[in-house]
Amino acid sequence: MTGTLLSIQGLTKAYPGVVANDTVSFDIQEGEVHALLGENGAGKSTLVKMIYGLVKPDTGRMVWKGQEFAPPEPRAARASGVAMVFQHFSLFDALNVAENVALGMENPPQMRDLASRIREVSENYGLPLDPYRTVGDLSAGERQRVEIIRCLLQDPKLLIMDEPTSVLTPQEVDILFKTLRKLQSEGTAILYISHKLEEIRALCDHATILRLGKNVGTCTPAETTARDMAEMMVGDTLQTPTRTAAEGGEVILDVSGLSLMPSNPFGTPLKNIHFTVRAGEILGLGGVAGNGQDELLAALSGEALTPSDAVKVKGNAIGHLGPNQRRDIGVLAAPEERLGHAAAPNMSLVENALLTGAARKNLTSNGFVNWKDTTSFAEDIIKAFDVRTPGSDRAARSLSGGNLQKFVIGREVMQNPEVLVVNQPTWGVDAAAAASIRQSLLDLAAKGAAIICISQDLDELMEISDRFGALNEGRLSAIRPAAGLTIDEIGLMMGGAHDMEVSHA
Amino acid sequence: MIVLEKRPQPSRAWSLMTPVVAVVITMIAGGLLFAALGKNPAEAIGTIFWEPLFGEYAFFYRPQLLVKGAPLVLIAIGLSLGFRAGIWNIGAEGQYIVGAICGAGAGLAFYPMESVFIFPLMVLAGALGGWCWAMIPALLKVKFGTNEILVSLMLVYVAEQLLASVSLGLLKNPQGFGFPGSRNLQSYESAFNAELIEGSGMHWGVVAAFIAVILSYVLLNKHILGFNIRLTGEAPRAARFGGVNPTRLILFCLGMSGMLAGLAGMFEASGPAGQISIDFNVGYGFTAIIVAFLGRLHPVGILLAGLLMALTYIGGEIAQSNLGLPAAAIQVFQGMLLFFLLALDLLTNFRIRFAAKGAA
Repeated sequence: MTGTLLSIQGLTKAYPGVVANDTVSFDIQEGEVHALLGENGAGKSTLVKMIYGLVKPDTGRMVWKGQEFAPPEPRAARASGVAMVFQHFSLFDALNVAENVALGMENPPQMRDLASRIREVSENYGLPLDPYRTVGDLSAGERQRVEIIRCLLQDPKLLIMDEPTSVLTPQEVDILFKTLRKLQSEGTAILYISHKLEEIRALCDHATILRLGKNVGTCTPAETTARDMAEMMVGDTLQTPTRTAAEGGEVILDVSGLSLMPSNPFGTPLKNIHFTVRAGEILGLGGVAGNGQDELLAALSGEALTPSDAVKVKGNAIGHLGPNQRRDIGVLAAPEERLGHAAAPNMSLVENALLTGAARKNLTSNGFVNWKDTTSFAEDIIKAFDVRTPGSDRAARSLSGGNLQKFVIGREVMQNPEVLVVNQPTWGVDAAAAASIRQSLLDLAAKGAAIICISQDLDELMEISDRFGALNEGRLSAIRPAAGLTIDEIGLMMGGAHDMEVSHA
Repeated sequence: MIVLEKRPQPSRAWSLMTPVVAVVITMIAGGLLFAALGKNPAEAIGTIFWEPLFGEYAFFYRPQLLVKGAPLVLIAIGLSLGFRAGIWNIGAEGQYIVGAICGAGAGLAFYPMESVFIFPLMVLAGALGGWCWAMIPALLKVKFGTNEILVSLMLVYVAEQLLASVSLGLLKNPQGFGFPGSRNLQSYESAFNAELIEGSGMHWGVVAAFIAVILSYVLLNKHILGFNIRLTGEAPRAARFGGVNPTRLILFCLGMSGMLAGLAGMFEASGPAGQISIDFNVGYGFTAIIVAFLGRLHPVGILLAGLLMALTYIGGEIAQSNLGLPAAAIQVFQGMLLFFLLALDLLTNFRIRFAAKGAA
């Protein structure tokens, strides 16, 4: 069990304008859990795509069990024993679990045989899953199980997992770790990509740290502090956001009895949600993805209309107002999905600044757009939020996730909102950018805005929120002061592990 | 091996180049087609593209360019607004017919009275007719979620039946010796959409087309409504987030394209065609779809594309009569143009890289 499974030697991959990987070398031993750590844009994804045969390296080579390894396509990589669980699931909501698994197979067996195989493997690894359930009805954690089981059916030698815990509750994370340790004990190597340092310390044997495409160091996570790893990742001392506890002024936002049917068949209905947010306060709302986060944001931003009394701002009912009317009275939002929802991918940053800034920044007169003011608004955002881009005329999709997110958050913050609703403000954003985004939310609250931060990153919520609540199947838990909450209490607020216990088969 | 690589930023150069390259490739492929039909390809291509502009009878053909181009541009401008927002009005032909019927009908209702108000009234009636016809798919879409592509397309056939009915009934010329078709508006001064400058082909429809190009350019680039149209086409969810009301946008885009198609029909009926008859419509409403895409849904592009398309129409007719090319060959030729354009569109957002197979 101690041989080198995969040796990566001097892999380099350059894209126009950026070197994604620069002579990266490291070894993965058989049966070890190897962490790949790095900020967004550090080149983790490119590296694993090369291992999985999705991208070809420019130079360098890989050696798989002593043999030259250069998979021309994922099928070849799978045949060698590499399996990968992507961060974004590739599942069809309308099909059941077994059908989804069959779609990913080269020669799918009879559906009945496959279903019993799925049941067998899933119970064997402590991830119980009914092969006949429709994927659209599954929680995010269960969907991830489908992806994992899809991989396990191939009997992999190396399992690559890309940020697997971002969609899980703490209890679900425990279950996943048990599964991974069991796999490890059977000799499967795991390449584990994450930026959650505590997890890596708990799970991984070795860690390779990438920064700007280069391998900047290795460490044994159990013997290294999270802070040291973070600083290796960022290459700098990390600025932790500073929170000055606010007393909380008058109630700005008052949501009472908010119920909402989702606009799409796989959405989550909101059920009788009550909460208030005071001036200068940050309310953190946790919960596993798909428990009503998108719907709540839509109901607050005005994309979904509700009975007018359900949402009140400073005592005025606004539930019936559309997005721009709400912007006029200072209610702004930043949705989770950057490309296609918060920003139009093919449009320039200037045009994207107009997208939400038109009403509040007086960028139009008689309907005619003042492009000069719009451009300077966009450039103000770029400057104030350190958005790295060659110019404001660039298409939104050409920016990295972190830079676009800074732009999206900056666009709302710069409009001096009275109420700001953000969903996953630092999702897929590197540590330095995440810290600056969080700091900007704290600064905004200090100026007296009421902020609702919906997030699946519990560390983030604990860091910035004054009070905490959790969404579970469209219901909101009781809201409690964030200080002093334990992880167990939070897990219970989030609805436990969604009835997903480890099976003891 | 050929690899497609997504560009980080859409290429400006290619979005301008593709129509030109598409025309060149169409000429080559068309030349091969004509050669296969036993014609001299150079002569055929020359006849189509050269003869109408610089040939012996160019004085006759050049005005035709405006006459044929104007309705195409006018309709395509309207369609491009909806196409940009992902609203697909395929039934401009029907709106064109109904606009023509309403416009001509409004004029004929006053026959033989002479007044300067009659022609403006006809313009309004034509616009209103096209608008109403387009409102049918628009309202059905916003009320019941029907597919505007199917509804607008099917309404073309309803409009054609309507055209036949009025040609034989309501608008039939009482002094027409029983022939189907209305009175000739060319001989009814108050209703005649005459050439503004003798022999130039310039009639009010051409003026309207130029105005439409300018207004549409201003709308799309300077006005928030145009921005919302583009935004909705690019990212519908972002548009919703940006406060765009999809219902209003659908009504506006379909209404506007119907109105412009109706205007085109009215100007045609009162000018070059002169009357409402069973075979009044010749497919401008469908060809305008090609024109809209050939012009990259951009107002100036559409203007150029409309003229190019008119050129292939006129040149095609010359080639038919002079070289004996079948009409179908000309239609294939026009179809190729759209085909190559859409195929080359890929290059705007992707780059092609030639990599040796198996190379790292």
